[in-house]
Formats: sequence, structure tokens, C-alpha cells
Amino acid sequence: MQRGPTPLLWTIFSAGGTLAAFLYPVHLFLTGLAFPLDWLQPPSHEFALRLLSHPLVRLYFFALISLPLFHWAHRFRYTLYDGLSLKHLTVPIVVFTYGSALAGSLAAAYLLWRLP
Amino acid sequence: MSAAAPYTRHHPRWYRRRVSVWWWLESWRYTRFVLRELTSLAVAFFALLALWKVYAIGAGPAAYARFLAWMQSPVFLLLNAVAFLFVVYHSVTWFNLAPRAMAVRIGGKRVPDWVIQAGNYAAWAAVTAFALWVLQRG
Repeated sequence: MQRGPTPLLWTIFSAGGTLAAFLYPVHLFLTGLAFPLDWLQPPSHEFALRLLSHPLVRLYFFALISLPLFHWAHRFRYTLYDGLSLKHLTVPIVVFTYGSALAGSLAAAYLLWRLP
Repeated sequence: MSAAAPYTRHHPRWYRRRVSVWWWLESWRYTRFVLRELTSLAVAFFALLALWKVYAIGAGPAAYARFLAWMQSPVFLLLNAVAFLFVVYHSVTWFNLAPRAMAVRIGGKRVPDWVIQAGNYAAWAAVTAFALWVLQRG
């Protein structure tokens, strides 16, 4: 019998991992390499703002930031346990990982909400 | 190994060999596993980059230009390149494990692993092409 929030966290971990697997390579390629290295022309500020202001695109970016942050939280928590043998620090690790993911999600919601 | 291990007279102290923090360098299989687990750091890195970009776009043309200039700095180019490799590794390991995470059955028969994997890769290619197309219209 599973108890507590573990099944829910596992579902969010999966959703964030799937989203990141499909979408992060292309986004990171464009923002991090193709635009700065002038392989492709970055969108103008006007176009970027118009695109990002669309309600569906705001929702998309919220999911794009929030779910993978929780994916990181869940996976990195176990990386710290196993990789660095920190199982005895469960409480601070859980607070740090899920707390950071929550803070990042709230920041994303706030920034996307107050876009012009 | 915890100092507060609950043992009693009838439940003696566990014997546990101390494991080095570098246990994963002993074999390539372990190294690959740890590299896969570390992809989460690249995922978090890009999530924060996206957050920064959203902030910059909302803050106006000057902030957006500063963001683009930061991306051209050597430090970020290096970080982005490393993170890109890890993110692609995340995608590949994720799609390869998909059939084990989700056994799909059609008409009582289990869909072969390679079909699920090929479906994932095809969807990945389609999503990537679509994203490139959208952003090139600006």
C-alpha cells in the first residue's frame, strides 16, 4: 500500500520528464546556441511579446517551466540520497528541492500573469 | 550508517560497508546511470533560463536585448552547450525507457517496445520541427 504524496510526486515527475524530453532540446538549441551564435535570427522583441502574450502560449510556458522543475526536484532528491549518501538529510533535501520547484513555478505564474 | 540507527539487543547493529562517493566511476554502466540522473540539473538549468527569458520579454526591449547579449557570453555558451548535450541524453534515455514505464496493449497483445520507441522519436521530431517553424516566422 502506497501512502502519502509519493504517487502524486511520481506522476508529476513523469509529466515533467516527458515534457522536457520532447521540448527542451529544441528550446535550448534555439535560445542557447542557434540565436547567440547567429545560426538563426532571434525573434524581435515585438514578435516575442506578441507570441508570449497569447493565453495559450502563457499556459504553455507555465507548463514548460513548472513541470520540469518538479521533475528535477524529484530526481535530484534521489541523486543526493544515493550519489552523496545523504539519506539522513531527508527533511532539508525535500524542503530545498520541492520548495525551489514551487518557488520557480510561482515566479513563472507571476511573470506570465503580468505580461502586457 | 546513521548515528541514530534503531537497534536493540535482539536486533543488532547492521553491518554496512562504507561506500565511496565515487562508486559510480567503477563501471561504465554505473557511470551512465549517474549521468542519466544528473540530466535533471540540465533540465532545471533550462527551466531557469526560460524563466529569465520570460522576465526579459515582459520587462521590455532593453531587457530582452540584455538577455540576448548574456546568451552570447562565453560562460553561457559553454553552459548552454553542456546543458544541451545532457538534455538530449535525457530525451534519448526517457524515450528508450518509455515502453517499460507504459506497457500498451492493443487487442490483448502487447505492443512491441520498438513501436513505442519509434512513435516517441517520430513525435519528438514533429514537435521539434513545429517549434522551429513557429519561431522562424518572427
